[in-house]
Amino acid sequence: MNILLVLIPCSLFLGGLALVLFIWTIRSDQYDDPDGAANRILLDDPNDQG
Amino acid sequence: MSVTACPGCALGDSEAISAPGNRPADATFELVLPGIHCAACIATVERVLNALPEIRSARVNLTRKRAWVAAEPGITDPSGWIEALADAGYEAHEASSVPAPDSSGSDLALHLGIAGFAMMNVMLLSVAVWSGAADATRNLMYWISAMIALPATAFAAQPFFRNAWAALRAGRLAMDVPISLAIILACGISLYETIEGGDHAWFEAALSLTFFLLAGRYLDLRMRQSVRSAASDLSALEPRRVHRIEGDARVSRPIEDIRLGDTLWLAAGARVPVDAVLVDDQVRVDRSALTGESDPIARIAGQDLVAGDVVLTGPVRIRATAVGEDTTLRRMTRLVAIAETARGRYSSLAEKAASIYTPAIHLIALVTFIGWMAVTGDIRQSLNVAVATLIITCPCALGLAIPAVSAAATGRLYRLGCLVKSDTALERLAQVDTVVFDKTGTLTRQELVVPGDMPTDARQVLRGLANASDHPLSRGLRATLRDVTPAALNGLAELPGKGIGALRNGQPVSLFAADDGRASILSIGETRYVLDRTERTVPGATQLITRLRGMGMDVSLLTGDAEDRAIRIGDELGISRVWASVPADGKVQVVKALRAEGRNVLMVGDGLNDAAALTAANASIAPGHALDISRNAADAVVTGDIGMIADVLRLATSARRRMLENLLISAGYNVVAIPLAVLGFASPLMAAVAMSTSSITVTLNALRTR
Repeated sequence: MNILLVLIPCSLFLGGLALVLFIWTIRSDQYDDPDGAANRILLDDPNDQG
Repeated sequence: MSVTACPGCALGDSEAISAPGNRPADATFELVLPGIHCAACIATVERVLNALPEIRSARVNLTRKRAWVAAEPGITDPSGWIEALADAGYEAHEASSVPAPDSSGSDLALHLGIAGFAMMNVMLLSVAVWSGAADATRNLMYWISAMIALPATAFAAQPFFRNAWAALRAGRLAMDVPISLAIILACGISLYETIEGGDHAWFEAALSLTFFLLAGRYLDLRMRQSVRSAASDLSALEPRRVHRIEGDARVSRPIEDIRLGDTLWLAAGARVPVDAVLVDDQVRVDRSALTGESDPIARIAGQDLVAGDVVLTGPVRIRATAVGEDTTLRRMTRLVAIAETARGRYSSLAEKAASIYTPAIHLIALVTFIGWMAVTGDIRQSLNVAVATLIITCPCALGLAIPAVSAAATGRLYRLGCLVKSDTALERLAQVDTVVFDKTGTLTRQELVVPGDMPTDARQVLRGLANASDHPLSRGLRATLRDVTPAALNGLAELPGKGIGALRNGQPVSLFAADDGRASILSIGETRYVLDRTERTVPGATQLITRLRGMGMDVSLLTGDAEDRAIRIGDELGISRVWASVPADGKVQVVKALRAEGRNVLMVGDGLNDAAALTAANASIAPGHALDISRNAADAVVTGDIGMIADVLRLATSARRRMLENLLISAGYNVVAIPLAVLGFASPLMAAVAMSTSSITVTLNALRTR
């Protein structure tokens, strides 16, 4: 059962990481315009044009 | 290179400049762009806007079909940008005001995310307990669960605590009271059991309760937000700016800036924005929005015009005699608002279910506690069983049952082009059995009849002339002649009070209104063609009436127009019950009389004279071009083809059926679960399984709405 002492912190760390990333996506308004974000990848990035 | 994601979009060079981030923090204007739909649209709109010297940055939001613009300081007039976008082929309107960014959606999403994260982790730890962990291991699991669950519920369940507290202070029992009670009691008793080394802890139940209920709240909020933004999209269609004559110049001003005595300039086809008197010699106006009367009426210098009139022969100059809240239109709007509050509130299915459910839950839990106390006399065990009952009976699926269906149905309707403006509208639309139509503007439109024997050459000239004008009749002509190549014309001029003239290879051509206003005359050199003005039914109207009858609806026509015309249109569409020459207050009486017969009336109308009737009916729909006041009075607005009303009703019926099914499903789970819980057989595992399966079942059932 001692393996639990490793695995539980591990799973909590990974879950916490996902939570932090989720909070970051909310903070940076990434759910604001899902359709626009999906379409913008089709646009040329102005910085790439030589 | 350039990317053409959709064939419908002409794409120039692709120097799209995208500002990082989304909404510019200093956005001063919001433009509504109903026509954008792809990557090329985003690129073009942003390129056009960012190229303008007045604009510092512009960012398109495709999901909401809007653009946020940060202008240079001191810029107050976006009409130049709207014209620039029109040149690029995009329709744009100025949104009424820049609303403060609404953070409640992302705020709730954060609560939901945290509840979800905590629920998954605690559930994982609980699996160990369910599969047989005992003694020290079980206690370790419970302690870790407690460390995750207690802070997570304290944060994530705050929306419920706040609402419950507000309800209790007002002396009411809202749905949030048993929810808060269940969450707090579950956490409290679990903590106690953990400290004492007991058998059962309910941490994962408290968290999944929070998570599923927050999911329901989130769906509900998203629907309300889309309803609100639909309403603001509609008000953006109303002209916010008018041309005021200042000295010799025409200056575009916001409508709020117009004062008594100002002289305004109106193009043909424009709606009169304020009550006014005519300055020019004469004009013909369409007052059908106010009276239902479809014949144009003539006005001469000094006579009055009413806000809501459409100028047919323009451009004209008018002088404002009543502005702002004093206009006829505003007075009518206030009357409608009063009627609306008098209608009384429709109590929705969710409210009815909650009003039965909330007291029942409390009562069952309390009786359980008292019963166990009487039999065993053990407070700890009695409390455990009572909490288990409260958790099991808590309206978990019920919280999702209705929002999930509403979200699915309004989303589908939005894609069809129907904006649902009120959150109980779906349920009311579903109960409709009688449909009353307004005639003018809703089922019929004024149109010029192109004679069948007109030569192709003349048709081309006509199309060329129609292209140059924004008059409603020209728009109709453009639709009739859409296969005709327009002739090349130059020197186009819209003549005040008459029509439009131009030169074709040096030969004068014109389309002028005949003196009596009942026809228009196309002149090409010396040749004349007469185009009669008639009232035509709009495309899709006949099929709509047939479909409504097929659905068992009782269809009738209610109009302010003369009897002979009303009966002719009624015959054409197959409507036998016709009320004609009914004034605005008469329309309300007709609708009220129908309701007094026990019918559920749907009113469909666009005019000012319909507004009160729209409010008086059980449910109401207005077409997209309707007056502001009618759109505000209606529950739903149909943009595009009127024939869609049948689809709207069908979808509403299907949505209501799903809601009832969902209520039955969640009640069914309780019928099984309550006796088990009351008798003390409920375990945390059983609660977790029942809660998840019932929530998933109602969500899947909601997706069947179509």
